[in-house]
Amino acid sequence: MLTHLNRRTMLAGSLVLGASGLTLPRIAFAQGAGTRNLLFVLLRGAADGMAMLAPVGDPGLEALRGPLLADYDGAERIGSFFAVHPALAEIGKAVAAGEALFVHAAATAYRERSHFDAQNLLESGGAVPYGARDGWLNRLAGLINESAGGDPVRALAIAPSVPLALRGDAPVSNYAPSALPEASEDLIARVSQLYGDDSELGGLWARALETRAMAGDDGLNNLRDAHAAGDLAASLMQGPQGARIGMIELGGWDTHANQRGGFARSARQLDALLAAYRTTMGTSWNDTMVLVATEFGRTARLNGTGGTDHGTAGAALIMGGNVRGGRVIADWPGLGANQLFQNRDLAPTTALESVLAGAVAEHLRLDPALTMARLFPGRSAAPLTGITRA
Amino acid sequence: MTPASIALSRFGYGLSPGETAPQDPRGWLLGQLKRYDPAPAVIAKRVRAQGNIGETLELLRTLRRDTREMAEMAAKEPMMADMSRQNARDAALANLPPELREKYDEARSMLVQDVALRVNLAVSSATPLMERLVHFWANHFSVSVGKLGTQMAVGDHEFTAIRPHVLGRFSDMLEAAVLHPAMLLYLDQFQSAGPNSPAQQRRGRRSGQADQVVRRGLNENLAREILELHTLGVHGGYSQADVTEFARALTGWTVPGIGRVDRFGEDQPNGAMFVAVAHEPGTRRVLSRSYPAGAADQARAILNDLATHPATARHIATKLARHFAGDTPPPTLVAQLEADFLRSGGDLASLTRTLITAPETWEPAPVKFRTPFEWLVASLRLTGAGTLPPRRIVAALTQLGQVPWRAPSPAGYDDIAASWAGPDALLRRVELAEQMARDAPIDDVTAHAEAAFPGALSDATRTQLARAESGRQALALLLVSPEMLRR
Repeated sequence: MLTHLNRRTMLAGSLVLGASGLTLPRIAFAQGAGTRNLLFVLLRGAADGMAMLAPVGDPGLEALRGPLLADYDGAERIGSFFAVHPALAEIGKAVAAGEALFVHAAATAYRERSHFDAQNLLESGGAVPYGARDGWLNRLAGLINESAGGDPVRALAIAPSVPLALRGDAPVSNYAPSALPEASEDLIARVSQLYGDDSELGGLWARALETRAMAGDDGLNNLRDAHAAGDLAASLMQGPQGARIGMIELGGWDTHANQRGGFARSARQLDALLAAYRTTMGTSWNDTMVLVATEFGRTARLNGTGGTDHGTAGAALIMGGNVRGGRVIADWPGLGANQLFQNRDLAPTTALESVLAGAVAEHLRLDPALTMARLFPGRSAAPLTGITRA
Repeated sequence: MTPASIALSRFGYGLSPGETAPQDPRGWLLGQLKRYDPAPAVIAKRVRAQGNIGETLELLRTLRRDTREMAEMAAKEPMMADMSRQNARDAALANLPPELREKYDEARSMLVQDVALRVNLAVSSATPLMERLVHFWANHFSVSVGKLGTQMAVGDHEFTAIRPHVLGRFSDMLEAAVLHPAMLLYLDQFQSAGPNSPAQQRRGRRSGQADQVVRRGLNENLAREILELHTLGVHGGYSQADVTEFARALTGWTVPGIGRVDRFGEDQPNGAMFVAVAHEPGTRRVLSRSYPAGAADQARAILNDLATHPATARHIATKLARHFAGDTPPPTLVAQLEADFLRSGGDLASLTRTLITAPETWEPAPVKFRTPFEWLVASLRLTGAGTLPPRRIVAALTQLGQVPWRAPSPAGYDDIAASWAGPDALLRRVELAEQMARDAPIDDVTAHAEAAFPGALSDATRTQLARAESGRQALALLLVSPEMLRR
């Protein structure tokens, strides 16, 4: 296991990772996505990166988070500096197995503290909130379609509605288990006729029927059981007919008060979801990447009610059979009084957009610069490299 | 769409049985302002002395802890290995003393009853525009049962803090909505305390940890969301310092039954409580204006200024225009509503009249995709299903993804098509339409459709209705027709 957190690893605007010398095949538009899978997990509500991956080696942590530190006794360590929250035990094991890595002190270009604007920026990929009308995952699907030709790549939200990150010109679908009895085949056929002249409803309806056929009888009523949700996501991303791009959302991270229990509850959900997803993907796991991100971090200090408020930098997680894991990528800013952003938050030192664009470009073998420009236009930082094994 | 069809569907919840399309659409809508009943008998009957919210909160906390313990015990005990989380919860419930058990059941059933009450009021309403406004404002001041203890308070929030003010002043609604117990619980205000308040100072001395970083104190969640969501809007020109100062002014506002300071509290008429010893002493400075020390009134004074701020006028005008005139609100309508807000000092009746008389809201092509809630209420009106059992209503809304008072964030439910017009959502409406049509007492569906969408029924829909194999199937098709899904 390697931990890279030298204060100065940033060279000429791009992150250089400790173990260098990787030459990755980077042939623009060459192989397209093939059978590679990408799952994006959005943690809504600003997940606390400092709880997720606690910088226990930083001498400043005690003063900021003292009452919560006992939770990390015996928790999975990454190097001597970071400890994975005990509720993320399965993720911790994946890190130990070299299949997962964290990026810390990362943030998007957003520097205010509104959930909604921050989520808009993270999902749309625009340089400012509401700067783009479609989402970066949809533009990624468009990029793959341009390169591959043939049938458009299948992109799917495992959610009751299509989240902004997946909205846009490329066709997408969504699916969530329902407790409703299925409509009769006859009615379904007639609805198809009813929407024949309506391009919006007709398109939605066609994709709904496609996904429904693929899901078969999922045996679920909703997505509340995280383990079952992870299992479902994997089953919808299997085989040639499966979705290549998936997205799932988890809430419950806005821990303004008494965060100890609330954070652990949400973290256990994330952990169960990813563990189930990984198991059900089976051998496809080797061709799969999972990206976990949130709109911003939380205040470094606990507030007056045992919680944390809206902050700036946080943590992201990358998992997958081909991920060069077992490490933390961070240009660690420190937790001293003069090191916090606005004397309040973990300071951002890595652009989250560079992490996302770099990870998907390497995984899907797309040109990194083009991917960055298309998914997150107007950024100066270069896409991150060295995330996957060659 | 014709003006009559627009009045029915864009401004209201569609035609209800026994109703006929209005001859004078604008006049019919304007008349609703006079006929509106903010406190119908069913609500008056329901609103009764509230249980002690703090006690309920404690009860739910206990229950959650016990459930967890039961589940952990079960995990260790092989004989109980098949005990699911639901069973653990049932076991925890069975352990409760009878009087608490009763209270728990009451809290749960109250929420279901309140959702049904809201839906049934809208289904049977003769002033559907007014119900739409109630729901619009309740969503603007969104409270959600995602937070422990709010189950008994969210319905009351809409019925007593929103309904009476939809044709009144925005400032009155603002104060009522954000200082209501449901909001104080939902956005963590109930446990916020001034770091220099007498209660905190005493606490610090007692524990000898006055200089510890962690002690109970300020929580800025409510202050931030009032500025960002309820009044100025995110680009309304406030800073982090304004958020913190406003949060200090709000300290002391809480709900009864919380902690030791309760006995120092002063009950407020709306069921909230002000605890002076938890209030941060001193003058506050928000948006460059100074507010002298003034206990509970200090926050009120700030709210009052926020309510008439130009940024608030712009924010409210934009949201209203989006709701009635399209996802991308016409700038001319926004400007007109904004000017009206500033001129009238936030008179919501005046804004409503502006919406009715403005040409932008009468655009003939549909401008909105109906949200699941709008679609369900319109469907229940159209089918004449009458009053459904409360649990069925909640089940339907759960499947559609829009249960009242359960929005995923304090921003409320989205008000744009992109959030609701998805493949899965459409499939659910079709499934539910078939269920609803099964029990509906309808004979001539085509005639019914012509009446519900006067002059606005498309040939394609008419053809499919005529070809249906039964009246029930025709009704199911009508419920998911483009005319019904958009307004």
